[in-house]
Amino acid sequence: MSLRAEKLNVAGVSLGEPPIDDDLPLTVVGPRAGWRPLDLAELWRYRELLFFLAWRDVKVRYKQTLLGAAWAVLQPTLMMIVFTLVLGRLERTGTSDIAYPVLVYAGLLPWTFFANALANAGQSVVQAERLITKVYFPRLAVPLAAVVAAVVDFALAALVMAVLVAYYGGVTPSWTMVLLPAFALLILLAAVGVGTLLAALNVAYRDVRHALPFLIQLWLFATPSVYLPQADTAGWLEINPLNGLISGFRAAALGQPIPWPRLAYPALAVAVLLAVGITYFRRVEDSFADVI
Amino acid sequence: MPPAIRVQALSKRFRVRSAGPRPRYRTLREEVSRLVGRTMRRLRGTTAGDETDFWALRDVSFDVPHGEVMGVIGRNGAGKSTLLKVVSRITRPTAGTVRIRGRVGSLLEVGTGFHPELTGRENIYLNGAILGMSHREIVRKFDAIVDFAGTETFLDSPVKHYSSGMYMRLAFAVAAQLEPEVLLIDEVLAVGDGEFQAKCLGKMGELATQGRTILFVSHNLAAVRSLCKTTVWLDQGRIASHGPTAEVVNRYIDSGERLASQRTWDSPETAPGNDSVRLRRVAVVPAEGDQRAALTIVTPLVIVFECWNLLPEAELSLNLVLYNLEGVCIFNSIAPAAMLPRGLFRSTCRVPADLLNDGVYRVRLLVVEDEAVPIVDLENVAMFEVHETERPIRWFGKLIGAVRPRLEWITRPIPEQAE
Repeated sequence: MSLRAEKLNVAGVSLGEPPIDDDLPLTVVGPRAGWRPLDLAELWRYRELLFFLAWRDVKVRYKQTLLGAAWAVLQPTLMMIVFTLVLGRLERTGTSDIAYPVLVYAGLLPWTFFANALANAGQSVVQAERLITKVYFPRLAVPLAAVVAAVVDFALAALVMAVLVAYYGGVTPSWTMVLLPAFALLILLAAVGVGTLLAALNVAYRDVRHALPFLIQLWLFATPSVYLPQADTAGWLEINPLNGLISGFRAAALGQPIPWPRLAYPALAVAVLLAVGITYFRRVEDSFADVI
Repeated sequence: MPPAIRVQALSKRFRVRSAGPRPRYRTLREEVSRLVGRTMRRLRGTTAGDETDFWALRDVSFDVPHGEVMGVIGRNGAGKSTLLKVVSRITRPTAGTVRIRGRVGSLLEVGTGFHPELTGRENIYLNGAILGMSHREIVRKFDAIVDFAGTETFLDSPVKHYSSGMYMRLAFAVAAQLEPEVLLIDEVLAVGDGEFQAKCLGKMGELATQGRTILFVSHNLAAVRSLCKTTVWLDQGRIASHGPTAEVVNRYIDSGERLASQRTWDSPETAPGNDSVRLRRVAVVPAEGDQRAALTIVTPLVIVFECWNLLPEAELSLNLVLYNLEGVCIFNSIAPAAMLPRGLFRSTCRVPADLLNDGVYRVRLLVVEDEAVPIVDLENVAMFEVHETERPIRWFGKLIGAVRPRLEWITRPIPEQAE
């Protein structure tokens, strides 16, 4: 794409400039247009930046720590130990011959991912203040990068899952394991939806930062799928889509039958959360640089 | 050929809460009480708002043709940075549009996205990505960046261990490799020492000669004069002037708050001085032409002193001492003694062009009797500023020196002596 045409010069006589290409990208900046659709093409163009931001988050998080990346693994592992000690005996010994720690860990794995993704995403925009006020890029990349950073931790913690399964045994491979990525994806989308909503809210209302740890704690209690892994349903708490999703994730991971009826509502709920979160974010992102 | 940048009727308003020092974010509690208050007021029918509007930009329109370098000048708070932010899409305008043809790169701050815990190498990639370079591009330019910065030995240590000079050099090295068609530069160069600023400006000049369109916001009028073909002067959000740089910059300088370069005292009782001599008027003005024009390093100026001589006939001479802002004495000039009767007298002194450096000066006046006895010593009777005009060289940092005389230099190669 030629941008500047050289002046043609023959024997010292200028022949004028050839026409300049008109295929330079045109950007139009105008006042806020209200509700705007998600610009996936632009996000794709900035994908490298997204990964860089995620990579930076991960790298920085573990630099100068004693245990480094081990923290990604310790979180769910320690929780699993606590739950096993406290609740393991209380739960009716159930229908499966899989040990309780394995069952619980299979739920803690996605839960920890969700909780970390929320915590990271919620603060992400405010923490990126310097970037947002100095450079243009699609703002959605910021909470997305925070969620991606949580995926890295998830991957590490998943290794422990493999160790547990090997140790305790009782898991027979089944075709349902193929569905595992699908469940992981759904939970990721749920995290994106809620995370972007919180990230956007936090910019204008700093209460969010204080409410977030509390919110996550409550949410854990509202997800008995995690700590009572053998219950078929969560009762009225089934309204929390994570209950269905985590039980599905666990079933796929451990080769158990998938609880299909529990999944219809969560899938819908995730779609709604995603739509709400991203729409609200897009609506207010233009004012970030002014308000932050 | 459509212009590279077309700004039309651009306006940007900020809502400012009226009372108290308050952060721009709110808590939910405040928001709820504000909403309730507003609803109550609406129900009651009163429309008093608790927010006042601040228009950072008002109806700004101009075009920047392809390949042109345009300067944006104005006082602090005039809206220059807001303008750049809108054109860079960091914030949206309240009204109006901006149309830009080509890739946009903006340098509103050097080192955007640098993280202290990451190494220099890692920060190059991060910063490059943030500025909009693709990974491939960064890899390709990596060596050039490291060369420019000169930080090769420290590349793999965390940036928080760098000195501020190294940090700046690295940050700027990355930014200098940006090659967008349209470049927006804010007073990036306000940070960093004189050498760094000069390097930045040199690079900018280079980019300009490559035919990129540049919008350059700056307080450095020498740089603006030398790099920019046209200039926009923003005053309180509106365009005060737009046109060829020399014209606009001159108008801007002339509008400046006059330092006390001309002062008059009406009666001897209030005038500075003592029982022997009192100062009635002091003025520092251009020797020729418009008396209200700004003083520059290439215009001769005249310093006028009008005094009351309260002594019966005396042989008086005035001493002029000039200091710059740092307190350095530039010169002490002594007028030839004159026999003066009681009453008003005027003494003028002509300072030639190409003597004073740019900057602010203060005037001290002494009156000496019989060529030996100082009878009056007045510090600080006037202050004036001398401005630069165009720079013929490509260094835009501060030219040091108490004076800036125009001296003649002759440089020739020395021919080899034959055996």
